Amino acid sequence: MLDQTQAQVAPSPLYICDAAQPRRRAAAIEDLATGLSRWRLPAALARLDIRNRYRGSVLGPFWLTLSTAVMVGGLGLLYSSLFKLPLADYLPFLAVSLIVWNMIAQIVADACISLTSAEGIIRQLALPYSVHITRCVMRNALIAAHSLPLILVVFLACGVLPGPEALLALPGLALVAVNAFAVALFLGMLCARFRDIAPIVASAMQLAFFLSPVLWKPELLGERQVWLPLNPFYVVMETVRGPLVEGGASALVWLSAVLYTALACAVAFAFFVRFRGRIAFWV
Amino acid sequence: MPYVSVQNLTIEFPLYHLGARSLKKRILARSPLRLRQDASNRVVVSALRELDFRIGPGERVALIGGNGAGKTTLLRTLAGIYQPVSGRLEVQGLIGALIDPAAGMDQESTGRENIILRGLFRGLDEATSESMAEEIGAFSGLGEFLDVPVRSYSAGMQVRLSFAIATVMEPEVLLMDEWFLAGDADFRQRAREKLERLVEHADILVLASHDMGVVREWCTRAIRLEAGRIVADGPVEAVLAA
Repeated sequence: MLDQTQAQVAPSPLYICDAAQPRRRAAAIEDLATGLSRWRLPAALARLDIRNRYRGSVLGPFWLTLSTAVMVGGLGLLYSSLFKLPLADYLPFLAVSLIVWNMIAQIVADACISLTSAEGIIRQLALPYSVHITRCVMRNALIAAHSLPLILVVFLACGVLPGPEALLALPGLALVAVNAFAVALFLGMLCARFRDIAPIVASAMQLAFFLSPVLWKPELLGERQVWLPLNPFYVVMETVRGPLVEGGASALVWLSAVLYTALACAVAFAFFVRFRGRIAFWV
Repeated sequence: MPYVSVQNLTIEFPLYHLGARSLKKRILARSPLRLRQDASNRVVVSALRELDFRIGPGERVALIGGNGAGKTTLLRTLAGIYQPVSGRLEVQGLIGALIDPAAGMDQESTGRENIILRGLFRGLDEATSESMAEEIGAFSGLGEFLDVPVRSYSAGMQVRLSFAIATVMEPEVLLMDEWFLAGDADFRQRAREKLERLVEHADILVLASHDMGVVREWCTRAIRLEAGRIVADGPVEAVLAA
């Protein structure tokens, strides 16, 4: 009844798949375009993911908010005395750092299962693969939305409020979202093919946590600070953290963050173009 | 006009986790027929090998053959899930696939929520999907259970719901696995009527089945697959007699 009306409006679709002329790039672009234009589906699936993950739990996703709050409080007390910084100065920095870092770490960990977790759907329904990637990004955006308001609470408690430049954190968040999509696409495919990648990524992220200025302020590096823009985690995090606690991020940080994002997108797209047809066999 | 055209179609499933060389050799030595090594030294299962056929409008084709002959793989390939490693596939027409009744079903959601979800899977918007809920609810006979999570359904109720959801469509090319025979007796009668209507409206039916009674009744042409190859293709009686 419903599909019939569609069929009458549009001429009936022609599906061609020729191994001799794969038209890989066109197929990949079409996949991304259809997947993104049908955002309602991943949005619904992401909501279900959150609901099912916390089914029967009293606090639900607010457990993450609570554990982040406890971590910010505990680490704030410890490190402000280790670094000999006044708590009211250090705490806003640490709160923003930890919350943004947790968001990035969650995205990277979840990116590894963006396709394997949708195995049941991939093998049964012909859908654009970008639907599963968008689902992964949206699910993490929903989780992050439960912790981000904590930043405001800490700001109010410490009595420091950023100026209007804080709005620049929004393009920063958009940059994080674009990176999340690229990483979910790339790692999702890589981890579907090579099942050893996920544990490697997990240990790399732990190392990156200590090597990036999350707990410590970049100033502590002294002269070697100039090398920091080479750290992709630092620059992407700084586009959100800078506007909130340091009165804005430097132009160099933005440039580096945009370059890294473009690189991530290019690598993910190239990989997707080449191996899109194999995903159904990998998951 | 809808048609399905398959030329020299080959599908191979790579077996990725056969790392050890000796194990690989042993496996290859023991089954020389369908397992082989491809150009990059991977062990692959040839699921479908060099298939050639064309289905024109009005044809009702049965795919028959033993377990593992490649029937479901061929259905999934026609539906666009697997991409061939070699050969060419053309499908003209709106494809409707009834392969796995539970595909995309969320166990924690209610029947109604699943109906809307399935609508989204097919690219409809929420309002249109919502309007299907009543029709599907009435057809599946779930009544008040429509607003209860699917995980609490009995197996029969789940089949009825997925059948009702999956068949709200009017495809031109209908790809169907034989699961539709499940369900309780009262429902089976209604399911038949529904399927008959669906098949009547579709221009092409491709049905994978083990049941020769079903094949004789629904189909006009049969393709017998054996180990991923077509061994017979023609009118149902001729193929079944061979």
